[in-house]
Amino acid sequence: MFRWLIGTIALSMVATQALAADPVEIHVGYLGHAGIKSTLSLVEQPADNDGIAGARLAIEDNNTTGKFLNQRFILDEIRVKDSDDVAKAATDLAGHVDYIITDLPADALLKVADALRDRGTVLLNVGAIDDRLREQDCRANVIHVAPTRTMLADALAQYLVWKQWKRWLLVSGSHDQDKLYADALRRAATRFGAKIVQERTFEDTGGARRTDSGVTLIQRQMPVFTQQAPAYDVLVAADESEVFADYLPYRTWDPRPVAGSAGLVPTSWSAAHDQWGAVQIQNRFMKLNMRRMTALDMQAWTAARMIGEATARTNSGDPKKVTAFLKGPDFSVAAFKGTRLTLRDWNWQLRQPILLADGRMVVSVSPQEGFLHQVSELDTLGVDRPETKCKLQ
Amino acid sequence: MWRRCLLTGMFAWLAAAAPASAFVAYVSNEKGNTVTVIDTDSWTVTKTIKVGQRPRGIEFSRDGKFVMVAVGDDDTIQMIDTKTQEIVDTLPSGPDPELFTQDAAGKTMYVANENDNTVTVIDLEKRARLGDIQVGVEPEGMAVSPDGKILINTSETTSMAHFIDTATRQIVANVLVDSRPRFAAFKRDGSELWVSSEIGGTVSIVDPVKHEVTGKVTFEIPGLRSEAIQPVGIGMTKDGKTAFVALGPANRVAVVDGATHKVTKYLLVGQRVWHMDFTPDEKYLLVTNGVSNDVSVIDVAAQKVIKTIQVGELPWGITIAQP
Repeated sequence: MFRWLIGTIALSMVATQALAADPVEIHVGYLGHAGIKSTLSLVEQPADNDGIAGARLAIEDNNTTGKFLNQRFILDEIRVKDSDDVAKAATDLAGHVDYIITDLPADALLKVADALRDRGTVLLNVGAIDDRLREQDCRANVIHVAPTRTMLADALAQYLVWKQWKRWLLVSGSHDQDKLYADALRRAATRFGAKIVQERTFEDTGGARRTDSGVTLIQRQMPVFTQQAPAYDVLVAADESEVFADYLPYRTWDPRPVAGSAGLVPTSWSAAHDQWGAVQIQNRFMKLNMRRMTALDMQAWTAARMIGEATARTNSGDPKKVTAFLKGPDFSVAAFKGTRLTLRDWNWQLRQPILLADGRMVVSVSPQEGFLHQVSELDTLGVDRPETKCKLQ
Repeated sequence: MWRRCLLTGMFAWLAAAAPASAFVAYVSNEKGNTVTVIDTDSWTVTKTIKVGQRPRGIEFSRDGKFVMVAVGDDDTIQMIDTKTQEIVDTLPSGPDPELFTQDAAGKTMYVANENDNTVTVIDLEKRARLGDIQVGVEPEGMAVSPDGKILINTSETTSMAHFIDTATRQIVANVLVDSRPRFAAFKRDGSELWVSSEIGGTVSIVDPVKHEVTGKVTFEIPGLRSEAIQPVGIGMTKDGKTAFVALGPANRVAVVDGATHKVTKYLLVGQRVWHMDFTPDEKYLLVTNGVSNDVSVIDVAAQKVIKTIQVGELPWGITIAQP
């Protein structure tokens, strides 16, 4: 009863404030691709609202803060199919939003960025981890919230080297993005002093990911596939296409741990992460969406929170002012990673610690202790300023 | 034999020379689910009390009869009888209580409930819940102004200090501070409110009348990356001349001039320093070191760390009073 009374008072207070002046409205778009990729592990299968669910929570969080600042955030969601004209969809969306959170593959994102080039719309990339979007193909109107492949690979390599698991058996898939991830892992091995003792490719010959009699066959295939390897400490798998990596743990010929695309996985978020106040957001997310929070959800949450943070700090609904602050030296955002996250001003990539998780627990968080950097230890992850190929324009 | 005699003699002399400052400190151990009791005369652990899940905020009742400890994962606040050092009762907080504060009379308690964006008001005499106040996202720091009229709550993701009228329980002002504000403390004369921002890496000085940030304490430690400086707990001397700020993973407590707001010294303590409390005579300041599982004792006048006491797993909060 009492609670109800206070609630009513609080409500009426908010109402009076609202009457005093209409809240400043900030429209945020979410441009995602339709269709869900199929994963080897049934429990890893993304939900229909993967990503957008995180953005929705951040909009709620922004609005809780916004009610004290007379600001209101509104989310506008669009999904595009592969056959749709993504540039047109983005242009339509940009007609009534100032910021667009994108969960798109690299080429689609570039189309959108170029279509909106002269509009002042800010794109926040939460779905594409391709390094080229931050390097040779970088765009001044895109902020990258998702980590890059090199950041993920470096985060893993630092831990494996710290653990003294320096001899790697690298197994990569046969698809393009698997090869890109393998490139990032090779680069990381060289940077941090690991040695790839042998490389193997797992050819994708097609086939279903769900079968009624699957395990028996896999149990015979995987040991054979990994036998006769030179002495190694850890098998590192590059399989973004979800063809084989999750079949490897417990099935390698030699008893060795698996890392990379299965086993110990570098990621921006894990539903098991509970440090640095993370339990709070895990609980809020669960309450709102009735499921656990994924890396894509977290990346979308962070993107929408970045807009909220910059809007609160500037106390302004003017997107020019907000964007200037977002890209300025004073911007940082808190995202339950134990440190403030900031933007690399040479390519607008968000600096962030990377979690190493095995699906049940967070094993460690990189950067690892002892990997030093003159500017920020977070810049030991990924392509750094002196190596960048990005020329922002 | 000789040596022993001499030592005993010296101890006796020391004990006689130093006025007995026998206070008792209670330390909440977040991971250990225990409260460690420390005798500040001998600087030894006298008892370890088993409490509920994830104990964090901890404070003596104003009459000294109880120590109240928020056990977040059990969604309640437990009351420890200071005579028997046993849990005797619980208080009806909201979900996941973390930090709390009391009014000067010790009649009303205000609890930050991290999980549902509320501050719960509790009648300490009746041990009953009076109501909730809606605040920002992830409420944490709590403080009552010296005149008792204003309650401060900080909310971590909203990055604000909310000013709440204690009579009407309405928010009267909101002040934006740096990211992830964790702790709030008033100067005894009520002239300034200090709010620490863990991720922002600063302490904001707020004018409680104008509701404006008038200054900021900034920290710089040579050889340490700025992200590691994460201000959390604040302790201010009664005269308002000196403040101590715990800097989390920087493993240091900053000594800050209360007038100029400048750091005068950094004291090296244990790993991930969280919260602190003075002995009532203000001779000593005890700080909890979350990762190294100990408490550092700081001689306030000398501004030196004089002792380290091993406590339970992941110590977090601390409260000190007469036994």
